[in-house]
Amino acid sequence: MSYLDYTVERVPTGWRKILFLNWPLVFLVTAVSCIGFLMLYSVSGGEIDRWAMPQMERFAAGMAIMFALAFVPIWFWRSISVVAYVICVLLLVAVELMGHVGMGAQRWLVLGPVRIQPSELTKIAFVMTLAAYYDWLPVEKVSRPLWVLIPVLLILTPTALVLMQPDLGTSIMLIAGGGIVMFVAGVSLWYFGAVIAIVIALITTVMESRGTDWQLLHNYQFKRIDTFLDPGSDPLGAGYNIMQAQIALGSGGWSGRGFMQGTQSRLNFLPEKHTDFIFTSLAEEFGFVGAGTLLLLYVLILGFCLHSALTNRDRFASLLTIGIAGTFFLYFSINMATVMGMLPAKGSPLPLVSYGGTSLMILLMGFGILQSAHVHRPR
Amino acid sequence: MRKSQKEIAESSRLISRRVLMLGVIQAAVISTLGLKLRSMQLEHADQYRLLSDGNSIKIRLLPPARGLVLDRNGTIIAGNEQNYRVTLTREDAGEISTVVARLRRIIPMSDRQAAELLAEIRRRSAVTPVMVADRLTWQEFSSIALNAPALPGVTPESGLSRSYPRAGDFAHVLGYVGPVSDYDLSKIENPDPVLRLPEFQLGKIGLEAKLEEELRGKAGNRRVEVNSAGREMRELSRQEGQQGATIQTTLDARLQNFAAQRLGTESAAAVVIDVTNGDIVAISSSPNFDPNKFVRGISSVDYKDLMKHDHRPLADKTVQGAYPPGSTFKMVTLLAGLEAGVINPGSRFFCPGYTQVAGRRFHCWSRGGHGTVDAIRSLEQSCDVYYYELAQKVGIDRIAAMARRLGIGVRHDLPMSAITEGIAPDRAWKMARYQQEWQVGDSINASIGQGYVLASPLQLAVMTARVATGREVIPRLVRAIDGVVQPVPDFADLGLNPLNLRTARGGMDAVMNGSHGTARRARIVAPEWQMAGKTGTSQVRNITAAERARGVISNDQLPWNRRDHALFVCFAPYDMPRYVVSVVVEHGGGGSAVAAPIARDIMLFALADGLPPLSAYPDSERAKVEEMWSKMNLMPEPTSKTARAKA
Repeated sequence: MSYLDYTVERVPTGWRKILFLNWPLVFLVTAVSCIGFLMLYSVSGGEIDRWAMPQMERFAAGMAIMFALAFVPIWFWRSISVVAYVICVLLLVAVELMGHVGMGAQRWLVLGPVRIQPSELTKIAFVMTLAAYYDWLPVEKVSRPLWVLIPVLLILTPTALVLMQPDLGTSIMLIAGGGIVMFVAGVSLWYFGAVIAIVIALITTVMESRGTDWQLLHNYQFKRIDTFLDPGSDPLGAGYNIMQAQIALGSGGWSGRGFMQGTQSRLNFLPEKHTDFIFTSLAEEFGFVGAGTLLLLYVLILGFCLHSALTNRDRFASLLTIGIAGTFFLYFSINMATVMGMLPAKGSPLPLVSYGGTSLMILLMGFGILQSAHVHRPR
Repeated sequence: MRKSQKEIAESSRLISRRVLMLGVIQAAVISTLGLKLRSMQLEHADQYRLLSDGNSIKIRLLPPARGLVLDRNGTIIAGNEQNYRVTLTREDAGEISTVVARLRRIIPMSDRQAAELLAEIRRRSAVTPVMVADRLTWQEFSSIALNAPALPGVTPESGLSRSYPRAGDFAHVLGYVGPVSDYDLSKIENPDPVLRLPEFQLGKIGLEAKLEEELRGKAGNRRVEVNSAGREMRELSRQEGQQGATIQTTLDARLQNFAAQRLGTESAAAVVIDVTNGDIVAISSSPNFDPNKFVRGISSVDYKDLMKHDHRPLADKTVQGAYPPGSTFKMVTLLAGLEAGVINPGSRFFCPGYTQVAGRRFHCWSRGGHGTVDAIRSLEQSCDVYYYELAQKVGIDRIAAMARRLGIGVRHDLPMSAITEGIAPDRAWKMARYQQEWQVGDSINASIGQGYVLASPLQLAVMTARVATGREVIPRLVRAIDGVVQPVPDFADLGLNPLNLRTARGGMDAVMNGSHGTARRARIVAPEWQMAGKTGTSQVRNITAAERARGVISNDQLPWNRRDHALFVCFAPYDMPRYVVSVVVEHGGGGSAVAAPIARDIMLFALADGLPPLSAYPDSERAKVEEMWSKMNLMPEPTSKTARAKA
């Protein structure tokens, strides 16, 4: 069904749209962000100007963008999705050629005063493209090999570029995010089974390749795998972060050590405590109650997104919503699994909570588009 | 483009089905996360809490204050003083060369010292405090504290450091403390962790080393919170250490001071024992050294000077030094003879000036001889021939047994370092030591305290105390530990015939007060302090026949280290002995001329508890004594006895 079939009169227009926003989602996003401000204030040792204030300013700007995007009709996004995809791929190529190297990987593109992380933009743009593709594709063709190959290429092109940066984490996120859209679009489960089998075979091969001439991963990546498998083996070296994160998390107990009382974060035992490991500070200071609350808020956000997708009869909007919500889900579950020692350490922020402009902006933009899909759903 | 209703419915159904499947997968992932969170935070929280505390809470030891050492009147002879020092931590200092340059405006430091300091700071970890300067004056210290904002990373600290207020007076008996070396640690099983503190000091020698366990005390601790760099953030709790035990010695600081001054620059030793309880009231070895220098880390120049000095200032001659006792040994030989019954006090020998034994001549110190000599006269005039004859009758084994009974050839257990056993030789000893038969000549030499016989000044004092009391006086150095007075044992009777003892004492009295007494010039004329004693002059070289033919060269003409040792032992008051004094002056010459006056002066000071009235000295001596006193820089007399006790 396409927007032309809508009973267009029933789609809210002008400022009335504001009444049809998915308000619970707005409140949930704000609540999670507030937890973020609180934690950033805490881990800075009470210096509000250090992390909390800049984060709040970005949040305010991000919210403005979110509302603005929510007012943009959803069909606009479908029309520009291919253009956005192409721009993102070009930006990824540009970053490859002239990007700024940070943390051992090329991720930033500096354009005057603006620093762009094209890989983050890509996360939304390519989900949009995939949604548009499946909206265009007749449902019965979805599982035909040729029509499966096209979205696979759409996914693999930016993935390959991101992998060259090299940024394994984002590459996996892209594949998983694209996979979710394909899955929901109805691609036959056999394909997924085959991919999982191939991935398992690939992992085995990669691990086997270690130490040989054709080694497929960087040594630091192998090292991370080692540390993941046994963090205690090198408690002062590479395993230090994970050990300390787990200590902080576990020592929180039921109700935590209290606001600003977490010894692990306050005394600098935690690495990256304001970015990737902020969940451990939360868990340390507010315990199971605090960490569980955050997890619950995330689940509610996810739930409202899925509900919005299910009630949206527009295929593009529905798939886009699922894609963005899926990316959000991947974000927080990968981050939490990492700090709890269930996945190898890789730099991934906790969505809406970790300090960092790009990630927050992209997420709020994503939620803006999601709101647009909600507002402009066929009625 | 248009889509049919059927298409839309199919798409919706498909999406719904897949979204539900996706939702299930996501719910499974989130449940796993939740369960893991629950397992870590609720089930294993205690375990992680422990790890977390272990991370951030460190226990730092607080060094205990070392126990004080007091003299018998409560005067502190080893105490602790505030030591102001400054440390620098690179992490906080920023530009260390600037900070050091600023510090140099307050603390004098040569260019070389500053360069060494900078190198040291760069070498050490950024969070380790490095000692910048030690033993600052209060002014320097407070000036650094005042300028703290301009000196980032600089921490003024104060700690306790050992000090010996009487400087050299007690150097040998107390010893000194010093930094703990790896060698020290290797000698101790399960060393107390406090010993590993960088500034900690332990007893290296003397009483400080022997009573280390009592003096050290118990370390306190502080629980501090540290950050990941190991830097202290705050103190959580503090438990002060327990100061080491206060050791009250039997020593008398003023007498010790007098003895040290009286020995002066001689290479000498003096021991004073209270015969009523065995208390060592003074035990002084000369020359001495300033133990404070060792505490602060002695300079190599100073140390070389001490090592090269031919009077061996570092050696404790009172207990380490073993000397041929010479004629001071004659009481032992005499008592051995009397107790064995081979002679009685009235037995006489004729002294022609020598004895001929086995084709060899043994000379009396008096070339002309002493004529007929009985026991009393043998001591009074120190006739050697009497003892040559006696030795042949009584035999060496009985002399050696008597020596050991009187405390020579046995080790007296005191908290001092390297206490010698001396030698009371007998047949078995010579066989074991040299695989040779004992010769008559050996007995003859031993009878007058020459040959193999060796005794320390302490042993000579003990011997004299036992002769003076007839009891087995055991010397002691510790009077009380933490105020608990150590019991004085009831000294056992030696089981010697009182008549024989009286003969020996009478002979010693005659040495001082008899008309021909060898030490008559050193007598005490105050009747209540009448003193009995015995001189000794022991050879440290063999006089060859050729030398004897030329006439024995007088001591004054010999190089210092070949001159005779001068010895003297005495006790007083004669009828009710209180103190014994033994004095050995290495290469001093004659016992009567050199050692006896020293012993007498110390004895009088002990008896009078201060400088005695001049009337105690014979007329002829008074001017000399007064002049000597005027040159001394004695420890001031305390204002009152009670004040001293309180201190």
